[in-house]
Amino acid sequence: MQPTPSAPIFRPIAERAVLVEFGTALDQAAHAAVLHLDQALAATPCTGFRESVPAFVNLLVEFDPLITDHPTVIAHLRGLLIVKTTASAQPTQREVSVCYEDSPDLAAVAEATGLPPEAVITAHLSGDYAVAMYGFAPGYAYLGGVPEAIRLDRKPAPVRGVAAGSVIIAGAQCLITTLVMPTGWWIIGRSPTRILTADPAHPFLFDVGDNVRFRRISRAEYEAAQ
Amino acid sequence: MTTATLSVRFAGPHVTIQDQGRPGLMRYGVPASGPMDRQSFALANAAIGNPAGHPGIEISLGGLSLHCLTGVVTLALVGGGFIAETNARKLGAWRILTLNAGETLTIRPGPWGSWSYLAFAGDLQAESWLGSRATHGSSGFGGGKLTADQTLTITDAQTLPEREGPIPCPVWARPRHLLRCTLGPQDRFFSAETLNTFTSARFETTDAFDRMGLRLRGPSVAPTNALSIPSEPILRGSVQVSGDGVATVLLSDHQTTGGYPKITTVLSCDLDSFVQCRPRDAVMFQTVTPAESIEITRQNAQRFAAFEDRLRGR
Repeated sequence: MQPTPSAPIFRPIAERAVLVEFGTALDQAAHAAVLHLDQALAATPCTGFRESVPAFVNLLVEFDPLITDHPTVIAHLRGLLIVKTTASAQPTQREVSVCYEDSPDLAAVAEATGLPPEAVITAHLSGDYAVAMYGFAPGYAYLGGVPEAIRLDRKPAPVRGVAAGSVIIAGAQCLITTLVMPTGWWIIGRSPTRILTADPAHPFLFDVGDNVRFRRISRAEYEAAQ
Repeated sequence: MTTATLSVRFAGPHVTIQDQGRPGLMRYGVPASGPMDRQSFALANAAIGNPAGHPGIEISLGGLSLHCLTGVVTLALVGGGFIAETNARKLGAWRILTLNAGETLTIRPGPWGSWSYLAFAGDLQAESWLGSRATHGSSGFGGGKLTADQTLTITDAQTLPEREGPIPCPVWARPRHLLRCTLGPQDRFFSAETLNTFTSARFETTDAFDRMGLRLRGPSVAPTNALSIPSEPILRGSVQVSGDGVATVLLSDHQTTGGYPKITTVLSCDLDSFVQCRPRDAVMFQTVTPAESIEITRQNAQRFAAFEDRLRGR
């Protein structure tokens, strides 16, 4: 049986979690269902709730196995699914500055897409992005919404030592790196905007579901913001 | 109030500061981190009457040598069959001792185990990240990896002569070779035959391990049609299988999401003693139902709490 946004599958994991699956392939409706259940659970947590982790088409719900169990948590989640949402809050709009000058892969992306470099930049800036999920490393937020014209497969082999603050793209995803890490994605810019904010009250710039726009800055502005 | 300062003479790779970890942030890509063997770490703190989750040092097979520059402090060394050497005396782990200014404590792997823990009667000063001093290995955030010549400061350092001496090592703190697990959450990407292989075959631990995970050697358990599953959230203890059929058990610093299918997930209560296995140890997987996994977990928690209470109150 295949899961759907209206008929998810609940998969118990070990002694302490349930994975709620709303689809099997990348799909807007399935992702919307993930965000909806995540918000409903935050508003009305189950007994023994520990944390939930939203991803593209599924939500992980972890609980304390000493005080509850899978059937009780699943019943709670089913209850949340049938509650109609009151018009959900507008997603928060975030802005990320990006400098496209001196970018290692801008020329390669231009060549692969058949666009002039300036058109690659325009395309990247035109995207309406949304934070689909975090993963890979702390603060690595996967932004969906890269325009069709500049969607490329990953490079055949990852490049090591890519700087923190790199703006990278692959397929429909864009990401602003937070650590020096290897990546096989295309490096099209660099950003002084910190996703790991160092602000204890709000340590991550984005929440899953936030909308993001990129704003172009010059090399001088980038250096001044560093 | 006195302060003790310790100089790191030598620290092997993966020797880090840990505390209870930072659970609740997986949605931001941050795993809980914390000790690989949470039970031994908790017992180290209990043994010297520290609050649960008090910051201490996680020692890998690489070992650690500390020289006390100033002050005096009592400490507990708990976890694995490690060997401690101080004042030309050789002692086993599972012991409380006091380190005086001018003395050096050298800790090396002994007959068994891969991780040992130092808890101090005092407050080990270290960088905090997101409310925890636990080190996240790949970023180095948190208390951090220990390096030679670094100086550690322990404030409110105390001596607890009445607690000094050996402490019992419970049998369940020794390496565990039979891992109880539930199937999935992506077992549907494996044929019935592969699942049967996975739960009946002997695997071997390898030296490809760190705080993120431990790769196993054994029969190929390659998935079918799992090339393009969207990245899913990951739980510590899940057994991820790469396209070529190699299984990896995900541990403290695991990535929070990933696209490789997870064939089974090991019960949390079996992970602490599993990580005490050494490379080339045999391991096998035994599947249990989710209901059984809860029953096992509750029994384990009771047994652990009773032991911890006795140790704390002794």
